[in-house]
Amino acid sequence: MSGPNTDYDPVEVTPLHADEVDRRRDEALAAIAAATSLDALKQVRLAHAGDRSPLALANREIGSLPPQARKQAGMRVGQARSEVRSALDRRLAELEAAAEEQMLVDEVVDVTATLGDPPPGSRHPLTTLQERIGDMFVAMGWEIAEGPEVEAEWLNFDALNLGPDHPARSMQDTFFLDPPEAHLLLRTHTSPVQARALLTRPLPVYVLAPGRVFRTDEPDATHSPVFHQVEGLAVDRGITMAHLKGTLDHFARSMFGADVDTRFRPSYFPFTEPSAEVDLRCFVCLARPPAVDSCRTCKGEGWIEWGGCGVVNPRVLIACGVDPEEFTGFAFGMGIDRTLMFRHGIEDVRDMAEGDVRFTRAFGVDV
Amino acid sequence: MRAPVSWIRDYAALPADVAPAQLAARLTGLGLKLEALSTPGADLTGPLVVGRVLARDKEEHRNGKAINWCRVDVGPEHNPPAVESGEDGAAGRGIVCGAHNFDTGDLVVVALPGAVLPGGFTISARKTYGHVSDGMICSAAELGLGDDAAEIIVLTPGEAEPGDDAAALLHIRDHVIEMEINPDRAYALSLRGVARDAALGYRVPFSDPAGLAVQAGDDGSYPVQVTDPDACPLFVTRTVTGFDPTAPTPRWLARRLQLAGMRPISLAVDVTNYVMLELGQPIHGYDRDRLRGAIVVRRAQPGETLRTLDGQDRRLDDEDLLITDDRGPIGLAGVMGGESTEISPATTAVVIEAAAFDPVTTARAARRHKLVSEASRRFERGVDPCLPPVAAQRVADLLVALGGGRTEPGMTVVGSVPPRSPIAISADLPARVTGIDVDVPTTVEALRDVGCAVDDGSAETGDTADTGRDTGGHPAAPAGILKVTPPSWRSDVTDPYDLVEEVARVVGYDRVPSVLPTAPAGRGLTTAQRLRRRVGSGLAGAGFTEVVAYPFVGDADLDALGLPADDPRRTAARVANPLSEREPLLHTTLAPALLKVLARNVGRGFPDSRLFLLARVFRPDAWPPPPAPVLPVDRAPTAAELAALDAAVPHQPYHLAVVVSGHPGTSAAPVGAQAGQWAEAVGAVREVARLLGLQATVAADVAAPWHPGRCASIAIPGTGDEVVVGHAGELHPRVCRSFGLPERTAYAEVDVDRLVAAAPEVRPAPVFSTMPVAKADVALVVDTAVPAGDVEAALRQGAGPLLESIRLFDVYTGEQVPSGRKSLAYALRFRAPDRTLTDDEVAAARQAAVAAAAEQLGATLRD
Repeated sequence: MSGPNTDYDPVEVTPLHADEVDRRRDEALAAIAAATSLDALKQVRLAHAGDRSPLALANREIGSLPPQARKQAGMRVGQARSEVRSALDRRLAELEAAAEEQMLVDEVVDVTATLGDPPPGSRHPLTTLQERIGDMFVAMGWEIAEGPEVEAEWLNFDALNLGPDHPARSMQDTFFLDPPEAHLLLRTHTSPVQARALLTRPLPVYVLAPGRVFRTDEPDATHSPVFHQVEGLAVDRGITMAHLKGTLDHFARSMFGADVDTRFRPSYFPFTEPSAEVDLRCFVCLARPPAVDSCRTCKGEGWIEWGGCGVVNPRVLIACGVDPEEFTGFAFGMGIDRTLMFRHGIEDVRDMAEGDVRFTRAFGVDV
Repeated sequence: MRAPVSWIRDYAALPADVAPAQLAARLTGLGLKLEALSTPGADLTGPLVVGRVLARDKEEHRNGKAINWCRVDVGPEHNPPAVESGEDGAAGRGIVCGAHNFDTGDLVVVALPGAVLPGGFTISARKTYGHVSDGMICSAAELGLGDDAAEIIVLTPGEAEPGDDAAALLHIRDHVIEMEINPDRAYALSLRGVARDAALGYRVPFSDPAGLAVQAGDDGSYPVQVTDPDACPLFVTRTVTGFDPTAPTPRWLARRLQLAGMRPISLAVDVTNYVMLELGQPIHGYDRDRLRGAIVVRRAQPGETLRTLDGQDRRLDDEDLLITDDRGPIGLAGVMGGESTEISPATTAVVIEAAAFDPVTTARAARRHKLVSEASRRFERGVDPCLPPVAAQRVADLLVALGGGRTEPGMTVVGSVPPRSPIAISADLPARVTGIDVDVPTTVEALRDVGCAVDDGSAETGDTADTGRDTGGHPAAPAGILKVTPPSWRSDVTDPYDLVEEVARVVGYDRVPSVLPTAPAGRGLTTAQRLRRRVGSGLAGAGFTEVVAYPFVGDADLDALGLPADDPRRTAARVANPLSEREPLLHTTLAPALLKVLARNVGRGFPDSRLFLLARVFRPDAWPPPPAPVLPVDRAPTAAELAALDAAVPHQPYHLAVVVSGHPGTSAAPVGAQAGQWAEAVGAVREVARLLGLQATVAADVAAPWHPGRCASIAIPGTGDEVVVGHAGELHPRVCRSFGLPERTAYAEVDVDRLVAAAPEVRPAPVFSTMPVAKADVALVVDTAVPAGDVEAALRQGAGPLLESIRLFDVYTGEQVPSGRKSLAYALRFRAPDRTLTDDEVAAARQAAVAAAAEQLGATLRD
């Protein structure tokens, strides 16, 4: 490169000679075009557009020209440098795009090899089914009522018109707490929650009581000493069995499909009168021939026993401080475990109760 | 209750074309629920005829077996043509028979070739013992009529002619409807009751088998004294003498007992059972010659015992109601008779007892002695109290007709049945309660159909007044009110709503319309319900799997947890009748339940588990507890009574338990994973608190069942101080061993009720700065014993208000720090609300933070 311009000759400053500028520019453009990687381009930028590149050095020489020559030389060098810079930018964009393309190719993974799955968390279907049923009733304006699992005998039996000698009160069926004179037990149904609701809530009352209940059954494929029920109670002016039927039909449709309804059969429960057993139209075969004949869900019956229900016995209303002359009510109760079993084809009660993670995980976080 | 359809038809004039399945469905619709429909004899097809044994040759065979080679006349239709009859030209069919209880001339039952017997046993002519046996002479067992397989059936002389259809003669074929009878339908524990509803279902005439005339003089029969008329309101005896104890039970009667599920025993016993099935009245028969003195009905005296008919010696309870004679107890009233006066094969004089016993007394005795009999089942549900004289007459009539002798003219009747009072019911009540559009005439008709007497206000001119039976002298019903007297067999019908059910079942439950009621606007889920759902969802999202578990534990479980003797978790509610004597307690902590579930999963090949259990625990203040009041039911409890009820019920908070064992099962494990399972457990409960809008404080603590050096208390802000709501950390190694869990299993348990109570109902919106953040890291060296939580607190306090957040990102012990010291590295973020922080400001805040840690905890900056 040239040193200070001591040998003053305004015409003969070589780097500023038009041919020389063009040559340097062309060299630069050729080098830019030849660069095939971002690293190579970086070197080209240093060599041809850096502070010590020939064109940059030529630019410095302009000052040494006589004033009348500076303008033309400045234009010539400036234009050359500008062309080089543009070419550099264009090439940079090209190379970056190409590099990204290459990166996308290089970074191909085996998307089926997902070693990093998050651990499979899940909720128990008995919980989610209770919530789902609860949501259905909450959407109708009902509220979810709760009560203790260790309950006063009076609330579990007496208040519900199960007198002291009712067979259900024997130790054959009920877990009594020790000593029996404490008159405490593990609730045998969620009905004491209904009694509590009537005793503590302002009328009218529309409540759903899902929860865990206890009977002295040895665990086997179809029995469990601990199971779950959902009971409903509506006490209002002018409530009839028709409202009970309407509510259960709606429940059935929401849960099992638009074509599923219910039917009543006379039955007996101390806390309801009249009482009925409610059957669910089989949601698989809809009780329609010929599907019903080979239906495994309802075993060819067309209907599935679902639960018990009825008009709240006025004796229960009286024991709970409700005037039966002014208010009537209905109540119903279903087994959650049973519902889950026939809805999902569960064969063995113990699958639900033993806590095997494979059972819960199969349901994820919903039913 | 098993009801043979042929028997139902005896009393209900059902159309001939009513199929048993239809009848069963109709009865189900009336409340007699079909349990099972069976068709006995359906598996017997082909020719089964009466035969007369013409000849019988006994032959000994080389295998030691003796057989009879017989000629049997099976009627002209079935006998072979005379010319070619049999191998030796004799008349009738040649049949080989292995039984020996018959002789020439006897009438027997022959299955001819082509017949198929129960079990798919096809009869054909086959060669056996050197003869062609052209049929089979049948035993009762072979025909499905009982278990007597050794002897063949020998019919009574003159009972039939050869060639007659034996299936009809033996009443083999029938249909049996087995029903589940609800407690309010005791009347249906009889053919009388079932047939009444069958007739009702088809609107056909019903002829009441209890309608027979009682023929007895006023002079008594066997003497009776009743000392407790409340427990035994009516006691009737009749006596039959000159009875032939060897008389057989007629085939039809025995078969009906069989079809109804009872075993024929002897004529006298069979007749009492038959009448019980027919009318619903349990009957007991005594051998009069074994009775001593008058029959006395009284409560048991201390020390008395009774050997009941089943051979059991029973120590009697003061409350037991007994039938006694001069020698002591001879029966447990309404439950079972005693052996000492039992009818035997020598009995010629029978005292018939037909009585009414109090349902509660009977039920208690049956339960006390674990002795549920056909009689007690009926008495405890309620037997028609008008039946005893009728039933006694019926038994006497049958005994005399079938076993000879005579009925003594007198009848002893002790006690009486008070007439029933009418129930007043609004005529429109059935419509108002059921929603069925049922008018008053329909209501009245339905009630009369089920046997009620109904005074609808027109009694003065109506038929009911004439009979004098229906209104019983009560004033006539005012308009709009029905006075309804239930029939004697419906002791369950006591309330107006009971009558509503009767009307509903008669008009049909299928007529109840479907109307969705409109509930008032609800408030949605409660806060606690919402938050518990959030806890469950949050933990599931964090990789935990929910399980359910039984709440039963034993002292051994609490020992295995290492709970000290004075631990409040030792105060547990005790079950009086636990399923397992080893688990009589209700859990006070979820640990045994969850750890057992984990152990089960580990045993099934899932050692890497993250589980949670959200359930109630039972935490009585003391055990035994103060008794819960038993309140009256004819009124609502007072506020004080309600409070007493609530006070007696032990505290039952929802707890959350999580357990972490093995590896997280993912390479994308959370940061805490490398710290170990204990950190995951701590992290899980901190996360739960965060889900509820709470900042949990973690502090070192020592508690069972945790590793003493790896246990954290979890506290949340309380009204004053922080409140400890649970613990988290690594389980004590002994606990892991006791429950069979992987080493280093971590466990946490928190009181969800307390978390929920502390959770803010409304979360305030944050105020945040949009100014740039400034970051600074700091590594401090402290003594190993200094908790990171304390260091963080000191840093926070020292850093002042510019500190936005602080995060522990490394814990180091090793060569580069002195022994007994550890290095904790924190990432600090600073931000001002109103300006960009200068480097100097950040440096000053960082320095102040370090200074606070240095001053409070002896921390030094790591180089």
